Amino acid sequence: MMLSIPEPQRTNEFNNMTSLLDVKNLKVHFHTRNGRVKAVDDVSFSVNAGETLAIVGESGSGKSVTCYSLLDLLPKPPAKIEGGTAMFDGEDLLTCSSERMRHFRGNDIAMIFQDPMTSLNPNLTIGEQLIEPLIYHPDKARRQSRNIAKCRAIELLKEVGILDAERRFKSYPHEFSGGMRQRVMIAMALINEPRLLICDEPTTALDVTIQAQILELIKKLQKSRNVAVIFISHDLGVVAGIADKILVMCNGLAMETGNADKIFYNTEDDYTKRLLNAIPEGAKTMVNRAQDKSLVEVSNLRTWFKDYSGSKVSIVKAVENASLTIKRGEILGLVGESGSGKSTLGRSILQLAPTTEGTVTFDGTQLTGMSNSQMVPWRRRMQMIFQDPYASLNPRMTVFETLAEPLLYHGLANKNNITEQVQSLMDDVGLARAQMRKYPHEFSGGQRQRIAIGRAIATKPELIIADEPVSALDVTIQAQILDLILDLVERHNLTMMFISHDLSVVRYISDRVLVMHHGILIEQGDTESLWANPKEPYTQNLLAAIPLADPVSERARMTRI
Amino acid sequence: MIPNDTHIQSDKGTSLWEDAWIKLRKNRLALIGLSLLIFLCIMSLLTPWIAPYGYEEQDLLMGATPPSAQHWLGTDIFGRDMLTRIMWGGRVSLMVGFIATAVALAIGVIYGAVAGYVGGRVDAAMMRLVDILYALPFMIFIILLMVVFGRNLLLLFFAIGAVEWLTMARIVRGQVMSLRKQEFVEAAHSLGLSQWIIIRRHIIPNTLGPVIVYTTLTIPSVMLLEAFLSFLGLGIQPPQSSWGLLINYGVETMEEYPWLLIFPGIALSLTLFALNFLGDGLRDALDPRTSKD
Repeated sequence: MMLSIPEPQRTNEFNNMTSLLDVKNLKVHFHTRNGRVKAVDDVSFSVNAGETLAIVGESGSGKSVTCYSLLDLLPKPPAKIEGGTAMFDGEDLLTCSSERMRHFRGNDIAMIFQDPMTSLNPNLTIGEQLIEPLIYHPDKARRQSRNIAKCRAIELLKEVGILDAERRFKSYPHEFSGGMRQRVMIAMALINEPRLLICDEPTTALDVTIQAQILELIKKLQKSRNVAVIFISHDLGVVAGIADKILVMCNGLAMETGNADKIFYNTEDDYTKRLLNAIPEGAKTMVNRAQDKSLVEVSNLRTWFKDYSGSKVSIVKAVENASLTIKRGEILGLVGESGSGKSTLGRSILQLAPTTEGTVTFDGTQLTGMSNSQMVPWRRRMQMIFQDPYASLNPRMTVFETLAEPLLYHGLANKNNITEQVQSLMDDVGLARAQMRKYPHEFSGGQRQRIAIGRAIATKPELIIADEPVSALDVTIQAQILDLILDLVERHNLTMMFISHDLSVVRYISDRVLVMHHGILIEQGDTESLWANPKEPYTQNLLAAIPLADPVSERARMTRI
Repeated sequence: MIPNDTHIQSDKGTSLWEDAWIKLRKNRLALIGLSLLIFLCIMSLLTPWIAPYGYEEQDLLMGATPPSAQHWLGTDIFGRDMLTRIMWGGRVSLMVGFIATAVALAIGVIYGAVAGYVGGRVDAAMMRLVDILYALPFMIFIILLMVVFGRNLLLLFFAIGAVEWLTMARIVRGQVMSLRKQEFVEAAHSLGLSQWIIIRRHIIPNTLGPVIVYTTLTIPSVMLLEAFLSFLGLGIQPPQSSWGLLINYGVETMEEYPWLLIFPGIALSLTLFALNFLGDGLRDALDPRTSKD
């Protein structure tokens, strides 16, 4: 662990100044009923004006707790700051009065949160929320009249890229898309001209093209205002282009601190190496097992929903005229941004979503039009893996019950050999047998996803549709689960449709890729030829937006724009 | 084949209910509630044999006496022993409370679960029926039943149960509608499980929390409902007694003979306390997410 931080090698005009924020030996512990948890243990870092520090770590590493403790946003108890100092412009944030802290918050230090959907008040117009910090400023002398505040807010909305800002000033949050809301959040954070901006995973909930735009926006605003930025992320790829310095955290400890180039190209720390290796990169290494025979054929499939939310009933065309084939033994990737209809297409193939028109044929038999009871024998042969391992397991059933259910129901095991069968299933997906009687909440996200995968392969299906199976997981866990999936595909001779918004993951795992946009399949091709030569402009944009774990090329891209 | 994993031998599987019992045993308040309920039930069952007097036996020399060595809880204005009457009353009150609530629980949970899970037109039709029954004046409904079927205790259970299930059905339906969209239900569907198995194994167990809490609230309200009906002459008739009836009479003479109100009141309150503690304990115990330690 390095306590002193080497200055960035790239020349920076602010290098000579003292740091804006200097955190030394910060210790935050949580006192829970099950004992003390060292959430942050002896972490030191500093940020200069105009500089970006990225704090990178997996969930539970203490990266968010570190930043929340600076603004006194942690629930106390259970949290307690056990030691350390955080000097912000000569004042210690950890010991200052709550009155003084209120002054720092929003005024000198602003924060952007992960989920733009929940961090805006749905009952106030965004304009009202934007001018709030100005007209109710804690420092009475700096309070501004409503009109001046409004001009300032509109000016800022324009700057963060909201078109037609005068009109949008009066809009409510639900009238904005996720990316636009995050822009509003950024405008809100900047309205008092803070000197330090803390971004807590600001792009994690966004699509890849939107993510690239938001990252560029943060970088641009930082340059024009010379603010210091602390950027929290679980993804090294995301921070490559914007970070000057990186702090890698794991289990509350600072594993490594250094400038971005050193972390990416020249790291000595084993944990950082593991993080870097876990980023899925490059082409698939497994041979293409696709046979000529097709397993699933979809022709002219339409899945429409009625939307009752507006004043009139409107029709949402989730899937429009989709035709595709899945060959036996292949892994077919399906990429698209959120709302593109890719999940609905997967569910429609499995007859989990009602189809409006068109046919789905599985192994020569038409599935569309079958009743639920007619589907039962087919369900055994096709399974699904869901995105959220926290929602896809019944919280009141143990691992044993969850895995035994499909086996017993489809008559693949009986009372006598069920324990043995479940155990071999657990071996298959890499779960310890001793954990058979535990409930889902006792497992980590990765282990839960293993349980869900175990349930999906229990009936020895031929087709598995995996709907974003790794997007809720940390990057190192993601790599393990991807390898498990590849291994199972090979051993059990599975055919798979892999749905994801993460293009690097899709490239790593699939033989062939379909691109979906607004419910329409716009392009398909073998993975590598598609990557090398995308024809549709949409696909080109999508591929160009993938963040690479390579600071030099990422910075080049940032300056290009 | 089996790895040398020492955990396997020691780790005998426990079901949801075994787990719940382990956790319940560690909750002192819930245990007190449970023992109190068991005690009250045993007392009620044994009443015909252990009650000190007959329930209509009058001691004409002792009209409305305060507690004494002869009559531990005093006597009422007709000189009947209060302890005896409370014990006999408990038989009726507890029976009404438990049976009517069980009826309400069974109908309400199944009805609500089906309506919420199936959804669409079926749900709309089923819930409109509930609305209609809600709107029907309760008294008229009971009086009609009494007129048609005559007055008997079983009908009373049925009548109360038939009214109380409505709220239960609404609560369960709301829960089920949010559960239905959860991925684990979709996963069960994609395994090909039948609708009924999904409702029984995946939906209903996850509604247990609110259902248990509402049940513990329903039992006392049912007991009071019985008192109300009896007071109007539609339920239990004197000289038979129930806690509700005793409390009603006690209220009339509260100023002269306070013990006529206090003791049946204590009996009812103790039951309510016991039920609430047990209900809270059960809700926590049946939730696998609470820790066993």
